[in-house]
Amino acid sequence: MLEIERLRTHFFTSRGVAPAVDDVTITIPPKSIVGVVGESGCGKSVTALSVLRLVSSPGRIVSGSIRLDGEELLTKSGSAMRAIRGDRISMIFQEPMTSLNPVYTVGRQVSEAITLHRNVSRAEARDGTVEMFRAVGIPEPEKRFKSYPHQLSGGLRQRVMIAMAMACRPELLIADEPTTALDVTTEAQILRLMKELETAFGASIMLITHNLGVVAEMCDYVYVMYAGRIMEQAGVFELFDNALHPYTSGLLGAIPRPGGGRRRLFNIEGMVPSLLGLPRGCRFSPRCERAVSRCHEEEPELRGVAGEHSVRCFLYGGEGGAVS
Amino acid sequence: MTAAETHLVSVEHVVKEFRLSGGFRGESQIVHAVSDVSFYIDEGETLAMVGESGCGKSTVGRLILRLAEPTGGTVRLEGRDLGALDKTQMREARRAMQIIFQDPYASLNPRMNVYMIIAEPLIAHKIYNTRAETENRVRELMSLVGLRPEQINRYPHQFSGGQRQRIGIARALALNPKLIVCDEPVSALDVSIQAQILNLLCDLQRGLRLAYLFISHDLSVVRYISDRVCVMFLGKVCEIAKTEEIFEKPMHPYTRFLLEALPKPNPHARKEKKALLAGEMPSPVNPPPGCRFHTRCPKAGEICRIDEPKPMENGGRTVACHFPGA
Repeated sequence: MLEIERLRTHFFTSRGVAPAVDDVTITIPPKSIVGVVGESGCGKSVTALSVLRLVSSPGRIVSGSIRLDGEELLTKSGSAMRAIRGDRISMIFQEPMTSLNPVYTVGRQVSEAITLHRNVSRAEARDGTVEMFRAVGIPEPEKRFKSYPHQLSGGLRQRVMIAMAMACRPELLIADEPTTALDVTTEAQILRLMKELETAFGASIMLITHNLGVVAEMCDYVYVMYAGRIMEQAGVFELFDNALHPYTSGLLGAIPRPGGGRRRLFNIEGMVPSLLGLPRGCRFSPRCERAVSRCHEEEPELRGVAGEHSVRCFLYGGEGGAVS
Repeated sequence: MTAAETHLVSVEHVVKEFRLSGGFRGESQIVHAVSDVSFYIDEGETLAMVGESGCGKSTVGRLILRLAEPTGGTVRLEGRDLGALDKTQMREARRAMQIIFQDPYASLNPRMNVYMIIAEPLIAHKIYNTRAETENRVRELMSLVGLRPEQINRYPHQFSGGQRQRIGIARALALNPKLIVCDEPVSALDVSIQAQILNLLCDLQRGLRLAYLFISHDLSVVRYISDRVCVMFLGKVCEIAKTEEIFEKPMHPYTRFLLEALPKPNPHARKEKKALLAGEMPSPVNPPPGCRFHTRCPKAGEICRIDEPKPMENGGRTVACHFPGA
């Protein structure tokens, strides 16, 4: 179980401080798939990198707490963190070509991940790798063990990445846009594989994506991020059936849907604000159709509305806000 | 007038092969990128080209614009065979056809400002005599695509991805084209920006009677924007039909896999037992004999391994399959 609590990861640039992740609390219960959605620059990837303590300069985790099964990760030493990465928490990235080393065989790269964390012989690591290749549906796993990344298709490379990530049976798999670079039929294969692995190995998955279709198919619970903040969080059915935040409903309205015909797509006017010049008040207020003067003055808190559903908007819950 | 002449663009049995220079043994290989593809686009309509990477959809777009020379077959614009035109005539014909690219970061020259980018086609084709006239037209185009004309002297890096895509659209519109090839125009954009650009493309089409060849792998976008859809697999046309027909009643097995694979933005529609396409894409260097899809097709019979299905037209839809149907 992973608990991210009031995490702030800021980037200290020459032009000012960019609060890429600003007071973010995310809980990932065991055996669940939790989605983090938002558009580019909303802070979803930085949140993931913060969990692995891989944020690089000028970025820095400023405050907060990240606990894995109750163990604080932010105070761990570099070597203790290295022992966790790839073993208890692993990550897969969007571009499988750039995250594999082109000069080593894929088998060697996956075996390395095993020998690094387990006290096993090379032969045992090799067997473990072949078994893992089989588990992720790589055909002819013994033969593929000796392939180089460029000899594999995009879908197979992503399977290798997943095999590497799952090799040490992590408790948590962080998947950052794992299917964005893939074709739709390959995407469907990889998504199914991730779901099967979640069931087979009992790992939790933190799924970072901009694709609400992927969220709807995969996740149990969803966090919607915008400009470094969580704007809304809810169970996946609740979120799609009863989206409250104008940003969430805007995102849902912007996807072309079957049966909608040529009705105009909902436009969220304007663009994501720069983190160096955030608007006063609610960070979404300049683009929000329903903003009132208060929204431009003060920022709403993230408030629970019903059950596990919370929203950061004056329109709901709290005093002084009109509930519509 | 023959049927071909009534269409804005007709593509007839077009073939494109690329030669790969051989390995160290010097044997050369041929990539069969587009193999015997035929379709048409009418004035003011949107034809979507869908298919996965390597299916030849972008190559088809480039062949229409003659950015690549076809190895065989004919492309006609308003009935005229583009292959038979001389240089001056081709230059003239190019004015009617423009392109918008996928990546608005890579497709604009960072050293040119918005004026230079949008005016380039106007200057190249000597449309206006004075800078003032050209600048007027550039401003007009900027407001047409929703950019503020006072930003005329800015450079691409000063714009967001969505705004850059608008600059690319303004450049494509400069010469009043009849056809715009849109090569994955919204794939690199965020959902909210994607909606803005799709709405803009629809508005422009209505106002200017533009035809679009909309190349995309995103079926939900295709469903929204297109009148007809052409599904391609490994250089071949699988199916061409009206958009509703493709989505409601796909005839080709590959089309059905594509539709099934699409992640639907509705958690209630989750299916544990989706029928997924098995295996990997075959190589266009060495395409399977018979139907190119047979190695992955659950309906494939003996005939599919030997005989290539010809595209058959029936009631306005074209299907290339020995066992079509729902």
